[in-house]
Amino acid sequence: MQAFDYIRAQSAEQAVALLSQAGDHARVLAGGTDLLAQLKEGRRKVSLVVDIKFIPELNELCYDPAEGLWLGAAVPCYRIYNNHAVARAYPGLIDAASLIGGVQIQGRASLGGNLCNASPAADSIPALIAHAAICQIAGPAGRRHVPVETFCTGPGRTVLAAGELLVSLHLPPPRPGFGAAYLRFIPRNEMDIAVVGSGASVQLDERGETIVSARVALGAVAPTPLYVQEAGAALVGRSVADAEAAIAEAAGLAQAAARPIDDMRGTVAQRKHLAAVLTRRALRIAVERAKSNLSGAQQ
Amino acid sequence: MSTRKNETMVRARINGEEVAFLCEPRETLLDVLRNDLELTGVKEGCGNGNCGACNVIMDGVLVNSCLVLAVEAEGRSITTVEGLAAPDRLHPLQQSFLEHAALQCGVCTPGFLVAAKSLLDHNPHPTEHEVRYWLAGNLCRCTGYDKIVRAVLDAADKMDGN
Repeated sequence: MQAFDYIRAQSAEQAVALLSQAGDHARVLAGGTDLLAQLKEGRRKVSLVVDIKFIPELNELCYDPAEGLWLGAAVPCYRIYNNHAVARAYPGLIDAASLIGGVQIQGRASLGGNLCNASPAADSIPALIAHAAICQIAGPAGRRHVPVETFCTGPGRTVLAAGELLVSLHLPPPRPGFGAAYLRFIPRNEMDIAVVGSGASVQLDERGETIVSARVALGAVAPTPLYVQEAGAALVGRSVADAEAAIAEAAGLAQAAARPIDDMRGTVAQRKHLAAVLTRRALRIAVERAKSNLSGAQQ
Repeated sequence: MSTRKNETMVRARINGEEVAFLCEPRETLLDVLRNDLELTGVKEGCGNGNCGACNVIMDGVLVNSCLVLAVEAEGRSITTVEGLAAPDRLHPLQQSFLEHAALQCGVCTPGFLVAAKSLLDHNPHPTEHEVRYWLAGNLCRCTGYDKIVRAVLDAADKMDGN
């Protein structure tokens, strides 16, 4: 591996100062499952690696049924799915966190890192979009917040400007009647990169009869993970008893929004097909979870 | 690793012993375990986190040591395959791998053993499905996996009887 300096930052402000000074030649290290592989392959040049795992607020995993989830950008996947309260409240997030790589990867890889790596096929991003996560960013000019669906701007590119650091994600608290799911298609059962991924969430009214709001997001069908607002909008006001027709409509809109490429993992035609199938299935699971969650979301 | 500069002193607990070593930031934990600490049971397969041959347990968490910087080991507790057996006796997993012929060339075996130990530490009574899922990040080109899965399930049964 190329030579570089390594610093354990003690605070977000220190990390921002280090990143600002070093410019393009500094990279942030959380779990290292993307960064170290990229450095070994010579795909990135760095002179400074800033380890942010020891900054308390980047390691925070704090769930409050009234306030929601604060997820530090460096929290590894296994801590998320091993937290039973979080697992019950954010099922779509758990679907994604428990299928990124194998257990060895989940022991290190963070959702913040998955987001900052900005792969079009990143598994956690459609799930974070379905859960309406907000990104908290620290930078030389202070802190700012952006919705997760606007964070990625291209393959490997994000809204982070020079010296900026993703600090945490905030997920709103699930209300009774909320359900979410993430599904992906890969040729084997584990340890692969999504051919297509779909994240979905629905909010039912208190009687579980009507869909009040819904969100749909796709992975690996565009240069960035794709928030398909119109697919969610198509579900609003629809009856749960007749959800299947609404879900089919939403799946069709997701398919129409997908603009995939042919590559070694799949073809345009296959990906368009998968976008509809996975969205339909993810929405069905989200609705089932929402129904089973009508009275118990805040236990 | 011809010339060394920019070295840092790292202190860690490895297989129960306090260890201090010098390393450059660019060295992986795998490099240091094998080249400096002579723990050559840890294998390098792919070097990019796909095969699991370099698995170690760090503070109770299974990781690929090829994707951990050695400097990150500061203050951590690490178990390699060398830390599994008692001085006079193989670990039940090791014994079970022998009895079930769960290895052929053996390069993946230390990673499988460490991963399986991590599984049984977390879940002493895994189902076959859970074993297969947990070991999905470990690749073996010889056995076809069935013997490994049976060896792990059998070891879990035997450890339960102790």
